[in-house]
Amino acid sequence: MLPIITLGLPVLASIIVLFIKDIRQIKQFSLIASVLMFISTLIYLPTYLYPTTLNVVSIVGMDSIFFSMDGLSYLLLLLTSFAAPLIVTASFLENHERPNIYYSLFFLTIFALTGVFTTQNALMFYIYWELALLPVYFICGFWGAEGREKITIKFFIYTLFGSLLMLVALIYLYTKTPYPHSFNFSALYQVALSSVEQSWLFWAFFIVFAVKIPIFPFHTWQPDTYKVAPMSGTMLLAGIMLKMGVYGMIRLMLPITHLAVIQWGTIATILAVTGIIYASIIAIRQTDIKRLFAFSSMAHVGLLAAAVLTMNKNALQGATFQMLSHGVNVIGLFFIAGIFSSRIGERKISEMGGIASIAPRFAIYFMIVMLASVALPLTNGFIGEFLMLLGIFQTQPIFAALAGTGIIFGAVYMLWLYQRSMFGKLNPTITVFADLNLSEQLMLTVITIVIFWMGIFPSSLLHIAEPVLNQILKTY
Amino acid sequence: MANSLNILLLLILLFPLTGFIISGVFGKSLSKLFVGILASTVVFISFLFSIIIATNVSQHSISLNLFEWIHFNNFSISFSLFADSLTALMLLIVTGIGFLIHVYSIGYMKHDEGFNRFFSYMNLFVFFMLMLVISSNYLVMFIGWEGVGLCSYLLIGFWFKDHANNNAAKKAFIMNRIGDLGFLLALFLIFTTYNSLEFSNVFDGAAKLTTNGSTMFWITILLFIGATGKSAQIPLYTWLPDAMAGPTPVSALIHAATMVTAGIYMIARSSILFVLAPDVLTIIAIVGIFTALLAATIAIFQNDIKKVLAYSTISQLGYMFAALGAGAFTGAMFHLTTHAFFKALLFLAAGSVIHALSGEQDITKMGGLSKKLKITSLVFLMGTIAISGIPPFSGFFSKDEILSSLYEKNPLLWILGIAGALMTAFYMFRLYFLVFKGTYRGDDETAKHIHESPKVMTIPLIVLAILSVVGGMLGLPEWLGTQHFLHNYLAPVFKASSQIMIKNSLPLSEELLLIIISVVGVLIAIICSWFIYIKKYKGTETKTPAIFKIFEAKYWMDEIYEFLFVKPVLWLSDAFYRIVEIKWIDGLVNNIGVMVVRTGNWIKYIQNGYIEFYVYMMVLGIIALFIINIIIR
Repeated sequence: MLPIITLGLPVLASIIVLFIKDIRQIKQFSLIASVLMFISTLIYLPTYLYPTTLNVVSIVGMDSIFFSMDGLSYLLLLLTSFAAPLIVTASFLENHERPNIYYSLFFLTIFALTGVFTTQNALMFYIYWELALLPVYFICGFWGAEGREKITIKFFIYTLFGSLLMLVALIYLYTKTPYPHSFNFSALYQVALSSVEQSWLFWAFFIVFAVKIPIFPFHTWQPDTYKVAPMSGTMLLAGIMLKMGVYGMIRLMLPITHLAVIQWGTIATILAVTGIIYASIIAIRQTDIKRLFAFSSMAHVGLLAAAVLTMNKNALQGATFQMLSHGVNVIGLFFIAGIFSSRIGERKISEMGGIASIAPRFAIYFMIVMLASVALPLTNGFIGEFLMLLGIFQTQPIFAALAGTGIIFGAVYMLWLYQRSMFGKLNPTITVFADLNLSEQLMLTVITIVIFWMGIFPSSLLHIAEPVLNQILKTY
Repeated sequence: MANSLNILLLLILLFPLTGFIISGVFGKSLSKLFVGILASTVVFISFLFSIIIATNVSQHSISLNLFEWIHFNNFSISFSLFADSLTALMLLIVTGIGFLIHVYSIGYMKHDEGFNRFFSYMNLFVFFMLMLVISSNYLVMFIGWEGVGLCSYLLIGFWFKDHANNNAAKKAFIMNRIGDLGFLLALFLIFTTYNSLEFSNVFDGAAKLTTNGSTMFWITILLFIGATGKSAQIPLYTWLPDAMAGPTPVSALIHAATMVTAGIYMIARSSILFVLAPDVLTIIAIVGIFTALLAATIAIFQNDIKKVLAYSTISQLGYMFAALGAGAFTGAMFHLTTHAFFKALLFLAAGSVIHALSGEQDITKMGGLSKKLKITSLVFLMGTIAISGIPPFSGFFSKDEILSSLYEKNPLLWILGIAGALMTAFYMFRLYFLVFKGTYRGDDETAKHIHESPKVMTIPLIVLAILSVVGGMLGLPEWLGTQHFLHNYLAPVFKASSQIMIKNSLPLSEELLLIIISVVGVLIAIICSWFIYIKKYKGTETKTPAIFKIFEAKYWMDEIYEFLFVKPVLWLSDAFYRIVEIKWIDGLVNNIGVMVVRTGNWIKYIQNGYIEFYVYMMVLGIIALFIINIIIR
């Protein structure tokens, strides 16, 4: 019963919201519906907390096609359903035309994401994967800022290219399963593949996920899209959707092509680590706050990819944890960018300054989110980065040292941004900058609590993923 | 008894944290006086707890495991606290001197609009600094390590409306982060080697002497890199002079007495690892002594009262590292302690001067202040004598101990050490003479307002002055026929490392000779200083000879770093973005996109809806297939 609610709620919300006319009611409905989703997700928590075995919740008699959730899936579902109300609240900062369609598309995305994370069937995985893309594509295309046409086509080409590769790879795997063929993950894991086959599949998967995450040099859709997409679209993309890529790597790439990961992992890791340094360095000189966050996010996810590729237990735990932390933090960061643009319009960082003196509460929250983003201990960012770098160090020390420079550069561009926007004398072109209102403060308080909660008590979350990751690492 | 003692470890942390939360969250609605008293009181309570702990850990350490912090499978890092005599010494310094500086700040920051914010940051700093020293594993230590860095950042840039302060704050944070990466990598290697970050496990593992030599080399060298960032040693020292942009009590607490000594504490804590890496100890000794010399040469030519003290701090930290490198862990901790007394005193006294002169920091515009600032000038003189190493002031005993340990390691190190000590005496007395003696050289407007600081500031100064004078009692040398108290107190901590690294002490006559040389040298240096800056001093227009230009320009280190690191990174950032990102990668993608669209545009003419055209094309196709078929055959 519960799985049906989990999958059904977003679909239902997506349909109902279409028929609401009043903007206020639409917003209220969306918020309530998304909070309900989160609450319904929490009901599963006891099943996964402190697991002794591989707990899987599924719809009985459905061959696990529609819903099959283990600890790893659950963590990502938790992220999705936690992010949903945050993104809805954040979207109140912007005024969208035809809000009913907007929120309908939003819930459709949430549905598809829920699907991606809770299926154990490759065909359904692919369908959800594509389905998640479409509404976001429309959100960016219709509600985006200026210059969206060109950017949307780029986004489209990248993702189309990626998805097709995955489809080919999955069909090939399907044909290799014993008769009657099956798309079930468990069947795909059993397929015996030569190392050449694994290599081809590895690169196919890698490119798909590399586009989604994104990993250098498959990333150029990202900064522009994050920039022009409406804030909530960016939050969907950066907060949740890119985790599909990391999730896919853990769920499909590692178990199916583990030999190729050993063989080619170093090259792929070099790309990921290059991306960390490259994106970090670029972020230093960005003049636009959203682009800066986009490159910062790219640096962080580069580390995620490098960590997953190590197939080291600590690194995988760290990556899983970091998927959640990064989701929360990046939503916080783009919310802050949204607060800036709602107050003083789209403007260059150099045209800000001194805001801390007139919006002190905003300054504090911005500082906290920033510190989490630069992985200060006791924040959620530290736990993930520590475990990932530790795992990378245990497999390839030099990569850990190189990837670790991201921590230094992270401080460089974040402190630089904070200084230029918040400190110094108030920029004369800024006459008013209202401090946080109640809903903004509430949202940032929730994020702050989660940042510290995850940073101080990470173990319960780490335990949830433990049996799944152990099993995935056991497959070879 | 044991249980209640353990709880103290937690309470010591909780009081400053509570102070931070109260003045941070409710700061707006609380009066300045209340916040000032609250912030000082919580630190004082922690100080009382520290005393209790200090009297109970001389033989047995105590520990408290709070909870499993990062835990899955068999991976476990706990959030646990621990205190032995080394911890207790640091606790006393941090809370004791911290308390005095808090009290002093009530007067110093009285008119500042950010008064409450200031005290909340100060309490937060004390919290993190205590966590750093009270941790029982490297990762909890790292929390404190990064946390004090954050507070240092917040407090250097406390007056955030001026970007000069913000730049200094940012520089401090970033240079510290470079060191922190070293620290973090060291932790990874420690964890990989010993499968734990808990001090007891790591040190027990190391004491088995089975660790591979090169592993130990890398662990310790990486830890040392971490220490160079936090404790401002070559090559990561240039942030500390800039950090003087913060309020003066911050310089006293964070950038003289406590945070910058974290690197020394960390190495002393890990002494067992370092004695197993003798090469690294030698590197530390060399880096330390050269930092001491380099900073001393710069300090002679500085004209900002706080900058002189900042370079002096770097220099004194260099001595502590040199002592560590020579294996004199107790000596380093002893000097750390006395330095905390007299350097906090000097900074606070300098703050009192700056306060009296309405913010003036240029010593060429001071002079003759001893008449009006009687208490300040007297305590400053105490501090100056103490740092110069004149018996029986505290600095003499601790510096003497370091110098003789350097002599044991290598007489060349001792010569360099003496050279630094002479310079120290020279520039410190230069500072004293220029500020307090001679005639006043500032403008009349400022002169009218010169006044001695209020009691809330002078009483902490007097307490620190007393400590600076008598602090040497902690470590009276054995040739006086007394017990070296600190040595005995810390002996259990360094027991394992002293068993591995056996040191033969100098014969008494030799040691006394060394001391006489150094004391006579120091006195000569002071006379030179007096001769130049009192007797022959003609006012502000002294021209620096060309050979000294290099010292005056601080060896152009900032410029060199700018040229070597900052500029290239900024250039790379532009190049990556404008060329690699937009032209190459994105250009390629866009070309593919344009190609798809163009192909589509072109192909769409084929699909024009005319049946005749389709039939025509079909026939052409069949013919083409025929021809191909024939050719292939």
